[in-house]
Amino acid sequence: MKSRESKPNGFLEVSIWRGAEEGAFQHFQVPRRESQTVLDVVTYIQRHLDPTLAYRFACRVGVCGSCAMKVNGIARWTCRTHVSAVATTGPLEIAPLDHLPRLRDLVCDMGPFFEKWKQARGAFVPGAVPETGFAAIDPDSPARRQVEAGIECIGCGICYSECDTVAWRPEYLGPAALNRAWTLQNDERDGAHRKRLQAVAGDAGCHACHNQLSCNERCPKKLSPAAAIAGLKRASAVAALKGRL
Amino acid sequence: MNRARLETWLWLINRGSALLLVPLVAAHLAGMILAVRGGLSASEILERTRDNLLLAAFYGAFLLLAGLHGALGLRGFLAETLGWRSKSVDTAAAVLASLLVILGGRALWALYHAA
Ligand code: FES
Repeated sequence: MKSRESKPNGFLEVSIWRGAEEGAFQHFQVPRRESQTVLDVVTYIQRHLDPTLAYRFACRVGVCGSCAMKVNGIARWTCRTHVSAVATTGPLEIAPLDHLPRLRDLVCDMGPFFEKWKQARGAFVPGAVPETGFAAIDPDSPARRQVEAGIECIGCGICYSECDTVAWRPEYLGPAALNRAWTLQNDERDGAHRKRLQAVAGDAGCHACHNQLSCNERCPKKLSPAAAIAGLKRASAVAALKGRL
Repeated sequence: MNRARLETWLWLINRGSALLLVPLVAAHLAGMILAVRGGLSASEILERTRDNLLLAAFYGAFLLLAGLHGALGLRGFLAETLGWRSKSVDTAAAVLASLLVILGGRALWALYHAA
């Protein structure tokens, strides 16, 4: 592996959060290399400078969503974030995501995040089987397009970490769970539309969103959770007006 | 009423009232600016509002919408800033809305029935 790495070009000053809820930033110097990602930097520290550093990653190619961290104050997928894009000259500060319990160093407990997916009824519920035996879904239908727009979520938790509404209303289901709910509301095969709408329209659901759009801004997959939330607001409003909520 | 239905209705009322308030506020500001341009005394204002059903209806609608919108906005603010999210915050918001409408209604009545 080493032989394929480019030659170091000076050093990068890196501060990394150590500890859990209580803790402090620890300072490291890491050789700066061309095309280096933030995840490369963290991995370098763990392999060469301090093997006790805890962090998460799996795929390294932006698929699994496990490597999200706050880099210089902004939550990012670190495996796809080049150091050159976020710290051209200055130092690098890496911390765990916000709004989730900090377990150790860069690792936070994703439990509450996925618990909200459950609360938002983020699981597919099979509906009645059509007479043909399977649902033929037109890929160009408006509902299928809505699904298409939100289905690529990798569950990294970046939108949740960046959402101010989560900060102020900790029970708020958050952009990712609501985005998931919206894809299922548009899935013709799903049989729990009404129950799901009831689950996401409570006081910690879609109506709590202030449209600040941090989720859209920060989503590494360029999805639009805010559009999904707006969809849920519309759908629940229509259902309430028709007396079907 | 389930929580989802309640929240959705309150959300609808909050957004709907905002939508309706926009032209009312614009008309109110325009009316004020136009009316006061040449200088206007209190008695001259009362002369125009007395027995004026159109103005009373206009400000009655204004009052109702502003009372609802303001109380609902404050409810959200209290929930997020103070973490006050139980049923009691709903009651507090309802009391506030009623208070605004009652006190404003008294003022409106005074303008309509000015001696
Ligand atoms: S490691 Fe899988 S998305 Fe970054």
